[in-house]
Amino acid sequence: MKVANRAPIATRDGFGQALCEIGATDERIVCVEADISKSTRSCLFAQHFPSRFFNVGVAEQNAIGVAAGIASCGLIPFVSTYAVFASMRACEQVRTTVAYPRANVKICVSHGGLTPGNDGVTHQGTEDMGLMRTIPNMVVIMPCDFTQMRAAVFAAAKYDGPVYIRGTRDAMPHLYDEEITDRYTIGRAIRLKDGGDVAIVAIGDMVSHALRAARELAGSGLEAMVIDMHTLKPLDENIVVQAALQTGAVVTVEDHNILNGLGSAVAEVLAERAPVPMRRIGLRDTFAESGPYPALLAKYGLAVADIVDAARAVVGRKERSK
Amino acid sequence: MTAVDPANVDRLRTIARELRKRVLRMIHAAKSGHPGGSLSAADVVTVLYFSVMRIDPEDPDWAERDRFILSKGHACPALYCALAMRGYFGLEHLKHLREIGGILQGHPDMRKTPGIDYTSGSLGQGLSVGVGMAMAGRLTKREYRVFVLLGDGELDEGQIWEAAMCASKYRLRNLTAIIDYNHLQLDGGTEEIMPLEPLAAKWNAFGWEVIEIDGHEMLQILEALQRETNGPKLIVAQTIKGKGVSYMENVCDWHGRAPNDEELTLALTELGAQV
Repeated sequence: MKVANRAPIATRDGFGQALCEIGATDERIVCVEADISKSTRSCLFAQHFPSRFFNVGVAEQNAIGVAAGIASCGLIPFVSTYAVFASMRACEQVRTTVAYPRANVKICVSHGGLTPGNDGVTHQGTEDMGLMRTIPNMVVIMPCDFTQMRAAVFAAAKYDGPVYIRGTRDAMPHLYDEEITDRYTIGRAIRLKDGGDVAIVAIGDMVSHALRAARELAGSGLEAMVIDMHTLKPLDENIVVQAALQTGAVVTVEDHNILNGLGSAVAEVLAERAPVPMRRIGLRDTFAESGPYPALLAKYGLAVADIVDAARAVVGRKERSK
Repeated sequence: MTAVDPANVDRLRTIARELRKRVLRMIHAAKSGHPGGSLSAADVVTVLYFSVMRIDPEDPDWAERDRFILSKGHACPALYCALAMRGYFGLEHLKHLREIGGILQGHPDMRKTPGIDYTSGSLGQGLSVGVGMAMAGRLTKREYRVFVLLGDGELDEGQIWEAAMCASKYRLRNLTAIIDYNHLQLDGGTEEIMPLEPLAAKWNAFGWEVIEIDGHEMLQILEALQRETNGPKLIVAQTIKGKGVSYMENVCDWHGRAPNDEELTLALTELGAQV
């Protein structure tokens, strides 16, 4: 079946399924869960491998430490909880007990960004990627669809070191077919569409929005390049620089605070290596609120129309500076 | 010679005295470090590394080895001395505590120091790591034991109690936690800063088998460490901060400052002949 015809599904489901699959072939795979397995989808792993599933209760700090201890004995623990709790409730545990000793711990979180919309700010992880990115040794990933999430989980299991993978609560359209699981490389971004007028660099749930924005721009004669920057860290700097040199204008799109996430990371690279007009789409240093996910995206300036406007604006700045 | 033989007990006392002297020289040379908690933990660390733990200094990463986590990482001078005296690395490193480029960080770093089973020093986190190691031992069907040395002050951290519940849930009989109960934390007495009592009853209520001992009596330490239990074991080791150096004993100020030349000489004299 063509990807476009498949029903949208949350990336957390990709995590749950992939974890179960690698668990079946690799006995070193262990899951440490903090009482939300039905929601994070680690419940699937729990059903199949109960002896390798440790539910430590609502105790994320302990979950991170337990995983670190497990990893030090040669097993590969996946910690499963929500973005906001793994990255902030247990932030220092991740920094000092996982990242500092380069423990082989995988932190796989659901409810990234505004996707847990109606739950409100307490459950929306909107600063997590920035926090994780700031910590040395961390790999930070947000896949854009179910299949890419599976690929990322497989890749993380093979990678020796700490990895943070952020999933969505809400369903996402399919952008990739199964081929990506073989081609997926941590830290290597994917150019989904070519275009010479502007480059839209997006991550996670915003990638499909970036593609829709590019289609709208094409309707008005602007050709946008679209880059799926699934790995926030290590950032694929070369693709960013190439995109800037080729198009002369860049828009970043992330379901995250504009501070310290994808927009910041891209701006850092461009400022040093290829300064061009740039706009960041994301939460403008604010908390959101309860509401349906698509409505929140619209209210907080992350809708397709906002990406289109930003793209036109940076193209305009480019033209004026010629 | 069995572990509880008088000859072994005498041997351990001699080693502990040497270890204390090395700790003081080390902190004096570095001009910083934590003598109080290192000295209170010295006897427990000595018994673990010189009598109880199944380890191989030639093979620090031996998969079957017993594990030790110094959750109160600031007491690392005691651990560094034990490791060096067991031959994990040369004694000359003890002169270079906290030096740039050195292998002995201000708090334990498993990536820099041979024999350190886990990085520690941010209080409250070591017991969780020990729980994970004990779980992994069970999963991989390895017979090793896991020992975690906790400070009393770090019991203020909520994560300790998360880990305590967790060890109890999984009935981790391969896990032993030892509290170095010297009754002093950085800002003052534990009962003043954040009361811990009734401490043994708390751990018991959390599902641990609790043994209370004098943390400076080798025989009691040996027996407590060797006792078999059905679940996680907690040893409340009553200790004296700064133990072995009269002017440091029970003095809060010696939590985190180095002795000067004169103070070092006095301390070494009290501890007997030169190392």
